[in-house]
Amino acid sequence: MLQIKNLQAGIEDKPILKGINLTVNAGEVHAIMGPNGSGKSTLASVLAGRDGFDVTGGEALYNDNDLLDLAPEERAREGVFLAFQYPVEIPGVNSAYFLRSAVNAILKHRGEEELDAMNFLKAVKVKMKELGLGEDFLKRPVNAGFSGGEKKRNEILQMTMLDPRLAILDETDSGLDIDALRIVADGVNRLRSDDNAQIVITHYQRLLDYIVPDFVHVLHDGCIIKSGDKSLALELEEKGYDWLTKEAA
Amino acid sequence: MSQLATTNPAVEPVEAFTKLEQNGAALMPLRKAGLARFSDSGYPTLRDEDWRFTNVKPIAELPFRPTIDPLGQALGQEQLGNVTFGQLSADRLVFIDGHFNAALSQIGDQSSGVTVTHLTSGLAGFERELGSLSIGDDNPFVALNDAFFTDGAVIQIADGQRLAKPVHLLFVTTASEDGEAAHIRNWIVAGANTQGTIIESHLSLGQAATVTNVVTESRIGDGANIEHIKFQDQSNRAFHLASLHSELGRDAQYTFHSIALGARLSRNNLRMRLAQPGIECILNGLYMLRGQQLADHHMVVEHAAPHCDSHEYFNGILDDQSRGVFHGRILVQPGAQKTDAKQTNKNLLLSDDATANTKPQLEIYADDVKCTHGATIGEMDDDAIFYLRARGLDTPTARRMLLHGFAGEIVERIRHDAVREELNALVLGRLEAVHKSD
Repeated sequence: MLQIKNLQAGIEDKPILKGINLTVNAGEVHAIMGPNGSGKSTLASVLAGRDGFDVTGGEALYNDNDLLDLAPEERAREGVFLAFQYPVEIPGVNSAYFLRSAVNAILKHRGEEELDAMNFLKAVKVKMKELGLGEDFLKRPVNAGFSGGEKKRNEILQMTMLDPRLAILDETDSGLDIDALRIVADGVNRLRSDDNAQIVITHYQRLLDYIVPDFVHVLHDGCIIKSGDKSLALELEEKGYDWLTKEAA
Repeated sequence: MSQLATTNPAVEPVEAFTKLEQNGAALMPLRKAGLARFSDSGYPTLRDEDWRFTNVKPIAELPFRPTIDPLGQALGQEQLGNVTFGQLSADRLVFIDGHFNAALSQIGDQSSGVTVTHLTSGLAGFERELGSLSIGDDNPFVALNDAFFTDGAVIQIADGQRLAKPVHLLFVTTASEDGEAAHIRNWIVAGANTQGTIIESHLSLGQAATVTNVVTESRIGDGANIEHIKFQDQSNRAFHLASLHSELGRDAQYTFHSIALGARLSRNNLRMRLAQPGIECILNGLYMLRGQQLADHHMVVEHAAPHCDSHEYFNGILDDQSRGVFHGRILVQPGAQKTDAKQTNKNLLLSDDATANTKPQLEIYADDVKCTHGATIGEMDDDAIFYLRARGLDTPTARRMLLHGFAGEIVERIRHDAVREELNALVLGRLEAVHKSD
């Protein structure tokens, strides 16, 4: 599904990603861990197409097509989803209106019938209930005045409604208490299937108790310095990152 | 008279005045005083602090043509059916170039105690009061209005009554000659514990550089709850000058919305006097401008009694070379303790050539008050655009959604459902016309 080959990227002249190699197949969950400043969020941003990052080398193929050549909205319509570390507050834009527009943009791209207001509401209300979001949520402006937990649940609600092939969760656990973490993780797990894949970016092992990865990669100074299975995450929890980063140096 | 003499008048002010005198003697003291004040002051210039950012020289240079008589433009219902709020279930007073048009107006059954009519209907009783709320204002356009107004709406609601339907005041200019000026005067008295919705819209048929100069005086009684929606969508050559002078009673709730979309230059002077305790006054405005347009909102909210709340919310979307001006002055008099006053002005600049001048001002002479003000001038939020694009929306759609949301912060404060929904759709339609998807 996703093949990242020797990807190098940075901001202005400052290199951040220094040659990432990663292959993600359908049905897999990959965790990317690493200390602050290792490039985790930059990788998520580059894959989603955020402005301001220069790709200076390598490539990322998504279903054998050049992902980095696509505009952010084209990536989204092709099934790439980024759950933001810091979801943006958009005062004045009604959540229901926003989410239905997004769902319909993607359905339209897939050549499927768009949802009218009624069918949209029916579908979204079921998902909101699963995520513990009250009905007033749809009437509120997107993320405006939301608590940290509400924002993250909103990301997962959007992910659920947009039904992506490749979901990238950027520090979705940050700022969540244990109950919210469980709700969010349950939401993500419900979406797991053989024809989609998830990349879970996190600083802490805690999230991986709930979203169990098939592979764990450690990012340090813009490179993946170690890969393994879920036991690697437990090892990191126990020993910290130092032993690896020293090894890499 | 020096200013008037230099404006190349097409109609002699004196000649216009003689005609007005024939229409009613009772108002002549007000007219004469107005003419005298205007003769002294002339038009404001950029040297006047209150007009620093709004240059009315183009108005001063127009021929002086008050529309003392109707211009004789024949208009039918079919031309008004399609205008904004034209289908709204409301009592409708239609004024063409400052003159009441009975054929186009519809006034249904309001309860006894409610009067909805126009100034020259022969209704007696308020001639001596007219001007009593605007008198302290040295705005030259008020003086000009005092002197030359032709007609306007009268709404009187007796104590305890409510408007059975909204009252829609529809002001249309049909003038085809530059400088033709409709001077309109509205008089609103809402008694104690009254309720109602008043809609005031200003439209142009035709593209001449016309002038609309409207002065509204409103006295809102104790415990009254009045919503007033002003919608200005005149042609982009028109000049629009408006002033509202309100005195609010104890525990009154008054919400005034100003939606300024049209005109080459528009200026809204809002003068609110909160003279009794417990008042809640909301001034809520949106301006969306393009080309060479300018919209200026100039407010003075005077807290003269304790325990009053006032909130000003103004959002502006400025494209091309347009200019938005916000001047909000909150004056808290000694003794007006527990005042809660807030003013917010937010501007989005869509072009490098657009300008926002914002001047929130607090002048406080009481020590136990809560007053806040904030102003922002900025571009569209790139992070928000990226967020929307990352959800599959293309850039024009994302921009439109953000602009609609920004405008929606204002529109959603309108309580009257049908008005709010119609305006919301109208704003979205305007944005769609400009920010098209690929």
